[in-house]
Amino acid sequence: MKTQPRAPLGALLGAVAAGALALPALAQEGPVTLTIATVNNGDMIRMQGLTDAFTDAHPDIALQWVTLEENTLRQNVTTDIATGDGQYDIMTIGTYEVPIWGARGWLAPLEFSDGYDVDDLLPPIRAGLTVDGNLYAAPFYGESSMVMYRTDLMEAAGLEMPEAPTWEFIGQAAAAMTDEDAGIYGICLRGKAGWGENMAFLTAMSNSFGARWFDMDWQPQFDSPEWAATLETYLGLMENYGPPGASSNGFNENLTLFQQGKCGMWIDATVAASFVTDPNNSVVADRVGFALAPDNGLGPRGNWLWAWSLAIPDSSNAKEAATTFIEWATSKDYLALVAGNEGWANVPPGTRTSLYENPDYAQVPFAAITLASINSADPIHPSVQEVPYTGVQFVAIPEFQSIGTSVGQEFSAALAGQKTAAEALAAAQALAVQEMTAAGYYD
Amino acid sequence: MARAVSLRRKSINTAAAWTVALLLFFPILWTLLTSFKPEAQAVASPPRFLDFDWTLKNYRDVEAQRAYFRYFWNSVIIALGSTGLGLAVGIPAAWSMAFVPGRRTRDLLMWMLSTKMMPAVGVLVPIYLIFRDLGLLDSRIGLIIVVMLMNLPIIIWMLYTYFKEIPGEILEAARMDGATLGKEILYVLTPMAMPGIASTLLLNIILAWNEAFWTINLTVAGAAPLTKFITGFSSPQGLFYAKLSAASTMAIAPILILGWFSQKQLVRGLTFGAVK
Amino acid sequence: MSTQSSRKAARLMLAPSVILLLVWMVVPLAVTIWFSFLRYNLLTPERSGFIGFTNYTNFVASPAFLLSIANTLILVVGVLLITVVLGILIALLIDQPLWGQGPVRILVISPFFIMPPVAALIWKNMFMNPTNGLFAEALKFAGLRPYDFLGKAPLASIILIVAWQWLPFATLILLTALQSMSSEQLEAAEMDGAPPLQRFRFIILPHLARAITVVILIQTIFLLGIFGEILVTTNGGPGNASTTLTYLIYKEALLGFNAGTAAAGGMVAVVLANIVAVFLMIAVGKNLDA
Repeated sequence: MKTQPRAPLGALLGAVAAGALALPALAQEGPVTLTIATVNNGDMIRMQGLTDAFTDAHPDIALQWVTLEENTLRQNVTTDIATGDGQYDIMTIGTYEVPIWGARGWLAPLEFSDGYDVDDLLPPIRAGLTVDGNLYAAPFYGESSMVMYRTDLMEAAGLEMPEAPTWEFIGQAAAAMTDEDAGIYGICLRGKAGWGENMAFLTAMSNSFGARWFDMDWQPQFDSPEWAATLETYLGLMENYGPPGASSNGFNENLTLFQQGKCGMWIDATVAASFVTDPNNSVVADRVGFALAPDNGLGPRGNWLWAWSLAIPDSSNAKEAATTFIEWATSKDYLALVAGNEGWANVPPGTRTSLYENPDYAQVPFAAITLASINSADPIHPSVQEVPYTGVQFVAIPEFQSIGTSVGQEFSAALAGQKTAAEALAAAQALAVQEMTAAGYYD
Repeated sequence: MARAVSLRRKSINTAAAWTVALLLFFPILWTLLTSFKPEAQAVASPPRFLDFDWTLKNYRDVEAQRAYFRYFWNSVIIALGSTGLGLAVGIPAAWSMAFVPGRRTRDLLMWMLSTKMMPAVGVLVPIYLIFRDLGLLDSRIGLIIVVMLMNLPIIIWMLYTYFKEIPGEILEAARMDGATLGKEILYVLTPMAMPGIASTLLLNIILAWNEAFWTINLTVAGAAPLTKFITGFSSPQGLFYAKLSAASTMAIAPILILGWFSQKQLVRGLTFGAVK
Repeated sequence: MSTQSSRKAARLMLAPSVILLLVWMVVPLAVTIWFSFLRYNLLTPERSGFIGFTNYTNFVASPAFLLSIANTLILVVGVLLITVVLGILIALLIDQPLWGQGPVRILVISPFFIMPPVAALIWKNMFMNPTNGLFAEALKFAGLRPYDFLGKAPLASIILIVAWQWLPFATLILLTALQSMSSEQLEAAEMDGAPPLQRFRFIILPHLARAITVVILIQTIFLLGIFGEILVTTNGGPGNASTTLTYLIYKEALLGFNAGTAAAGGMVAVVLANIVAVFLMIAVGKNLDA
């Protein structure tokens, strides 16, 4: 049955509203105000500070920013777009939402002028934002994950970090660098529960162990030996060489630990590199090295892929102006603008090949490895096994937020010592099956 | 009546009471102090209490990042609007229940309170859809209505228990003297009920100011109050504690100051409503 | 004595609020009940359809359901106990002769004005954080290992945070109830040689009964719906250790944009809240009419 549940009055009003919106958009004379929903990270805040450059060039477009933290942002924009509301003209969404919403026709395909050079976009990121050949969102920030380590502690332990380490080596290095009396922990990893928190890391890690979330019949695979190996390695590392209270540590907590010199290694988002090498905030700024995320020799490494990108909901009635803005905000000119104002290290990373070919940017210490990490991720084929989904550290289905968070809670509980790995995996399997059944995947 | 209290006893009482008060207030004090620290020192270990580089940078950053005053005005309008509307509707209702009680009055009161039992998360989507269809999304009117309806049971409840304290004979006497109903309410009841009405007003302004769930989910930017302002500062990537403290201070300062100045009224009204 | 006209007037005056509340309650309630019988995920509208009681059975059968009810009750009872007991004690303390009663009262009621999400963030980051928090620093200073409050004792930590927020409310009501008590009774008892504990039990406590009832009733209504603090601190974890019924609805329904399950969960919560209210009224309701 395909009924749309709405009160009859609501349906009538909705139809009238939809009819009104369907009228051709007025020509862009007179000021248009774009309502932009965005996330509160440094690059976006920086962009808000630079918008004078845009409004000077386009005096008929005004910008209204709505800055929210990630979870609230996702809640707001998803509700808005799913109900066809049209409150936002531009939304900041990620590689998780784009495939889902693009397939539903909720986003307007983006068409840019030739000067934009859409082929310059990094291939894995472009792939993650394209559905059926249409680009539905333009990336302004891209990241993968990598290993950040203390060069001085490695030296003291007599070890050398290869460019592409294995998980086994990571274990050795962690053991060698741990010095609990001095308050130094060999490895710091995410433990906080959430589909974008610990599960982002663990899912990416599981790819390098040959695991997958679902088989081709959408059956969860937490009862597989690959997932068991993943979780046990993770727990082993954290219990022996990790900081206390890790089950509530997310990105920020680990960042603080690393900046204060308490971690020997930290595997997390590539953007962290700019924070840990900032002498204003980090006491170890001059002693940080970088390496690719570890693997087990199976092909996929343990790194993830994410891009914050700007998209236009189909329900917006200012699509032309919105396209103009998005084109400006994700263009090569914008990158140069940031570089001119705040230096190359503060340019939003991970979107264009030309950035990484620029000799000025190559001077930034983590540029090369960021590029290598991003290019080694493949959202279409994240696992060595066959998968019915896309996404490296997530599964691009609407149910994933809920399932991912619940599974994340189980694994976080295992890290907190409340259950064994086997119990956590069994619980994860049970709830995943239950939720997928309730969502109708097995009908 | 007042017996002489030994100096010693008074000193002990004072010391104990101030200790408790400072302990309870300490988190707020710490937030205030942290808002003046540079980010790196905000998370310094061991923590610095007063010895740090005092700076106004956080406040400047917060103001630059978001248009504080727009959010502030929205908070004010929503809080005052919803409370005012609630009182306008609630005072007559409470009057009739207190002075012309029927058989069902107590049930009615309990039913009103029970309308608050549905958790907001369960009813978010239906309300959102209804608001969308009525064009009330991201509108101050819409928020005023929602917040008013959330607080109406509390308003009526408090006014009711307060009105019950007022002897009905006084109102009778006024009516015998020929006063109409309107005059009776306006000139006799209201002055006597002032403390109770004032404190109901204040308590509900606080509740409306702090109402986060609906104000975050039903607004975009135009009508968004300070509760949404704050979400722009929590848990981004990177250090943020000092900035969050500054944003929090800016968000809670108005209501804190209001509460401090009016706590006497609050106390008087709350008690009249609750106890003999 | 109410006359005919005043009775009619009374009904007229009652009408607006009753009508408003009726609409506010009935319309969302009706829509919610309707939704609860549908499979309606905002993101997959093509899979919608009438599914009868399936949402309810799914929700009730979810592994965290019973635990969430237990957690909700523990949270409510825990906060009530702390706020009422400490509230009485603090009220008694502040009621004593001392210097600066005004400022003390101001400081004590401050926490109530803080927005719940802000309060939760403050506690989480500044105090309970096992690496940087003040509690951790204090423990380290005393030579002990820092304790992971939110990880190892999540529900207790949340109870602490919520109790901190509501303690002023309870204290205020109880304090003013105390101050409205006539001192002659107390003094007479004292002169008769009654020890302080007995004075408390037989004179002060009964006088406070109504105030305590009001505190319990109002706080329970609010506490049953506590949500923001959990979202900001533990996200219901680790595992489901700090998942309350409201949070469970959020997680299963809102996070997945599953309006059908959310509606079913909401109805379940209403039923439970009504059960709690009935118990409460039986237990303490008589104090109201004294």
